[in-house]
Amino acid sequence: IEVQHLLELLKRTTVHGESNSALIIGPRGSGKTALLNHVLRELTEMKQVRENLLEVHLNGLLQTNDKVALKEITRQLHLENVVGDKVFGSFAENLAFLLEALRKGDRTSSCPVLFILDEFDLFVHHKNQTLLYNLFDISQSAQTPVTVIGLTCRQDILELLEKRVKSRFSHRQIYLTNSFDFKQYIRIFKEQLSLPAGFPDESFAQKWNKNVQHLSEDKTVQDMLQNLFHHTKDLRSLNLLLMLAVSNVNVHHPLITASDLHEASKQSRMDSKANIVHGLSVLEICLIIAMKHLNDVYEGEPFNFQMVYNEFQKFIQRKAHCMYNFEKPVVMKAFEHLLQLELVRPIERPSVRAQREYLLMKLLLDNNQIMDALQAYPNCPTDVKQWAASSLSWL
Amino acid sequence: MNTRQQSKVIYSWYGEPLSSDRKLRTSRYKGILITSERSRTETCIQLGNFILVEGENADQPFVAQLLDLYEDGGQQKHAVVQWFSHITEIPPNKRKLLKREVSPQEVFFDQVPGYDTDIAVETIIKSVMVIPLHLGEELPITLNKEQSFYVKQSWDGKCFKALSPDAFSKLKEANKKGGGISNSSNSFIPLDIISPLKKERESVVRSATKPKNVELEIESKHSASKSSLAKERHSQRVANGMRTPTARKKLQLNSPTRSSKGRLLGCEVLELLDDDCDAIVPLEPSANKRKVKFTGILGSPPKMPCANDKSKSMFDTAEHWQTFSDPIRLSPYSKVKDSSKKPKNLNREYDIICSIGHQELGSQSPVSTPRSRRICAQKTSALIAEQVSILNTLELNQEEDFLSSSDSSYSSSSEEEDNDVLCTPEKKTKSSRMLSTPKSSRKSSVHTPAKTLKKTPLPGTPKTPRNATPEIPRRNHEAQKPASILEEARLRLHVSAIPECLPCREEEFQDIYNFVESKLIDGTGGCMYISGVPGTGKTATVHEVIRCLQQAAENDDLPSFQFVEINGMKLTDPHQAYVQILELLTGQKVTATHAAVLLAKLFNTPGPKRKTTVLVVDELDLLWTRKQNVMYNLFDWPTQKHSKLIILAIANTMDLPERIMMNRVASRLGLTRMSFQPYTYKQLQQIISSRLNSMKAFEEDAIQLVSRKVAALSGDARRCLDICRRATEICEFASHKRTPEIVRMAHVTEAIDEMFSSPYINAIRNASLHEQIFLKAILAEFRRAGVEEATVQQVYHQHIALCRIEGMQSPTLSEIMAICSRLGACRLLLVESSNKYLHMRVRLNISQDDVMYALKE
Repeated sequence: IEVQHLLELLKRTTVHGESNSALIIGPRGSGKTALLNHVLRELTEMKQVRENLLEVHLNGLLQTNDKVALKEITRQLHLENVVGDKVFGSFAENLAFLLEALRKGDRTSSCPVLFILDEFDLFVHHKNQTLLYNLFDISQSAQTPVTVIGLTCRQDILELLEKRVKSRFSHRQIYLTNSFDFKQYIRIFKEQLSLPAGFPDESFAQKWNKNVQHLSEDKTVQDMLQNLFHHTKDLRSLNLLLMLAVSNVNVHHPLITASDLHEASKQSRMDSKANIVHGLSVLEICLIIAMKHLNDVYEGEPFNFQMVYNEFQKFIQRKAHCMYNFEKPVVMKAFEHLLQLELVRPIERPSVRAQREYLLMKLLLDNNQIMDALQAYPNCPTDVKQWAASSLSWL
Repeated sequence: MNTRQQSKVIYSWYGEPLSSDRKLRTSRYKGILITSERSRTETCIQLGNFILVEGENADQPFVAQLLDLYEDGGQQKHAVVQWFSHITEIPPNKRKLLKREVSPQEVFFDQVPGYDTDIAVETIIKSVMVIPLHLGEELPITLNKEQSFYVKQSWDGKCFKALSPDAFSKLKEANKKGGGISNSSNSFIPLDIISPLKKERESVVRSATKPKNVELEIESKHSASKSSLAKERHSQRVANGMRTPTARKKLQLNSPTRSSKGRLLGCEVLELLDDDCDAIVPLEPSANKRKVKFTGILGSPPKMPCANDKSKSMFDTAEHWQTFSDPIRLSPYSKVKDSSKKPKNLNREYDIICSIGHQELGSQSPVSTPRSRRICAQKTSALIAEQVSILNTLELNQEEDFLSSSDSSYSSSSEEEDNDVLCTPEKKTKSSRMLSTPKSSRKSSVHTPAKTLKKTPLPGTPKTPRNATPEIPRRNHEAQKPASILEEARLRLHVSAIPECLPCREEEFQDIYNFVESKLIDGTGGCMYISGVPGTGKTATVHEVIRCLQQAAENDDLPSFQFVEINGMKLTDPHQAYVQILELLTGQKVTATHAAVLLAKLFNTPGPKRKTTVLVVDELDLLWTRKQNVMYNLFDWPTQKHSKLIILAIANTMDLPERIMMNRVASRLGLTRMSFQPYTYKQLQQIISSRLNSMKAFEEDAIQLVSRKVAALSGDARRCLDICRRATEICEFASHKRTPEIVRMAHVTEAIDEMFSSPYINAIRNASLHEQIFLKAILAEFRRAGVEEATVQQVYHQHIALCRIEGMQSPTLSEIMAICSRLGACRLLLVESSNKYLHMRVRLNISQDDVMYALKE
């Protein structure tokens, strides 16, 4: 239905020369660009439209300010040949030039221009929203027919528009959501993975497709997909997962198996910080545990190195037999390593005056993460494990 | 003008006061002497002469006839003038009354009552030539674009009339007199101070003798024009390119003595020539002058010097006229023996001119020269008469040619290069052609070096590449006409559709109209501040007012005015406002600071012929700067005595002057304010129905629903129209197969829902399970902590707890972060920048109740 709406809209612009503006709003991965591309493709199939429509694609991430955006518009409208070798002196000149160009036209005679603003929300932050104001103003006045299509994922985009810009916007919003349920999700999964009919090696395609069908009925795979589905309905994440799995395929291993998928899902679900913990030395782990205890005792208040060191010293004194007593500079070094890995974070910017030992820090790991990581840590001394479980266990 | 700008100019009276009025302590003079220090030229302008007067735009001086000169009690020199309007000074909408092409040289005898005819003497630039012509007469040849004008009709602000015989004869008289004066004054008034070098050169020149057979040339031209004009023109163009250098070379060969003085430039020769022309002028004011001279030369002895100059300059001109200049080149030799003492006269005159400059030879037979010449001229006048007519036609052809070619160069930049080549030589022809007018001589002697030959691409010829008009390409297919009643309705409901009238804004319209009208009639300035929320028709009303005023001005109910509009949103920088105003007023393009200076000068000094300017400043609040100098200047100008500036400032907020303006700005803005109230539902209803204009596309109730809804929300007419438009689409979509129906309540309701529905709830409902759980966890955390803000860590714990209750696998922290940022991107959540990781603070962007409602299945 959205396709229908947008298609009608654009068709009217091109055929009748009616000016319009619309926003396509939807969360990331909900197919905003896909929708637009689909409509555009459909449009260009119509001969009358194809010869009639000028498209200008802008992206908020590329055209970071109005000046750049204007240059880009000029370029895409092929107006620079009119300008010749004249360099655009100023932003003002440029704007005046373009407005002049667009003002020249009228509804019936000029070629309609389709402005597509990707990442629309970023255009909102341009100074005074000059570009948006002017685009919408053109779309609301008897000048060259334009259609402004904005793509954004922000639901509150309208509140970001300045009031006079908002007034000029036609308030046509197309909301996209991923409103499919799990069954459809499975179907998408199958479609994504299946080989198309035109695949050269037909027998392999058949085998492959049968395998995919088989996979989609497999319990573990379904569980795994369900899990992913629960986390996000974004189809891109599904694609990523399948990509990981498919990249395991080679000559000796021609078909995807459930274990492949499982592996891929495990990889994609990996906790990044916990991963880092696996690579730490025992001393560093000890420091983290000390910090965890400090967090427990002081209920999340920030700590400094000296406190951590004291905590560590307490542990060493009690269990000195199994741990080598490190010098303070060595511990400091380990602490700084943690700082570099961003497992610990200073609360304020490190200043020159403050001594490093007394800089207030916060731990960027949750208790659960620490415990999980510790379980998986190879060859961890039992004392340390016990200490981690409870700071009071040895008393 | 160039020189005037660069050097100091002294204005002094010429002669003794004619009469003086004791009471008023004024004294009248018969002429004024303009001395330019730098170029050391002195110019005398006498009563009756035509002058150029400095205008607001340096490129476009006014033309006037000097009627009176006096000095008032305060030693201020004044002049009373009769204005002539240039075509550009006539409002564009009136120009079409003329029903004919107007060449840039044409001026109109100005009878507009409003203009101040008393000007300061210092504004006089120089004298020019204005030639009266009958309506049917053709444009004379010898007119220099910049230095002489001709007048055919009078303009009294309303319509064009043919010159009354009285005025015509007066002008003619003045013209002759002017010519006569300047001519006779040659002998005793230092006309041109020609550098001493020139004298030497002259003697060199004298030795070279190449008179040219002008008669032959004219004859050949005659035949050529008869045979095929078009062909000739064509070939002449072709020839233009290469003809010039060869001709010049040839000339140099011809005058071996002068080759040593190779630096004698063509322009100097031209200078001589036009000085010489000066002398002959009185006989005929227009084209035939040169011919007079030439025919005179025909009988001149070969030893005479000026003939060569002339032939050379004539070459310059002639080669553009002629493709077959062979006869000309041959002719000098045959012509050598045709000699009389005429050139001697000319020669002597040169002496006079230059020597007078040096105050050396002032006593040399001043009277005889013109007289003898006149006799000569009279003899040949009969001959001339017929040739002139031929020439004229030819000239006109050429002129048209030139015009058309320059036109085309304007229209298309692609052709521009070729045209450039073609245009410039022709242009040159023109400029050299004009030299014969007596007034122009003075100027050209100053100007020619810069203009005639060295700088072939004359300023003002092809400006094309700079003001190339950008244009969106035309569409390939015609726009379809609306087919059904719904489509028609949609077209009318589009905001861009211009309604016939503006309903519900009659009062405001009347107020603004009265304000501007009264100011226009008084010829004073003033400001008005108009405020109102967006979509209440402020700009539309103002435009309507301006349209009505323009209409009234056209019907002569009101003095005409200039209308300028700027929009704060369409400026990149507040200071660009100056640039834009200046460009709209005068067409100049300068930098912001310079524009500010120019505008200040424009509005602060009394302009003799300035019209009232109506300036509409839309989105005024964007012109705010820290020092507010833009706003200050804008509102300061109308308070100036001579500004004649009316400002209509439009902005959204009613209290803008109090809120953001400094006191001194706000006080200048004045108290004339108007605020546009948001439309009530009845007004909106009226607007829609007036737009639909008794088309049966909407149900009565449907319109009412829309207007009530919009009035309750904002009173924005744009919104209202958009909803209606959307409703027609929905209706069309719904009744796809059936017969077209009218828009009913259901459609309107759907459209309203679509536009005003909050997207959040739908977004939450369609979020993934964990995202929903995350939101639940946030709510739980809020409830626990009692604060509407939580860190991710806290929410994470809640989340895990919730997952345990639901019996689900709990996500890792990385996944939680991903969920959090996704929700943040949709702005369901407000999140801090993500570098704080666990300690990132999270807040809901919607009310908790909404979340609860959405999550409760």
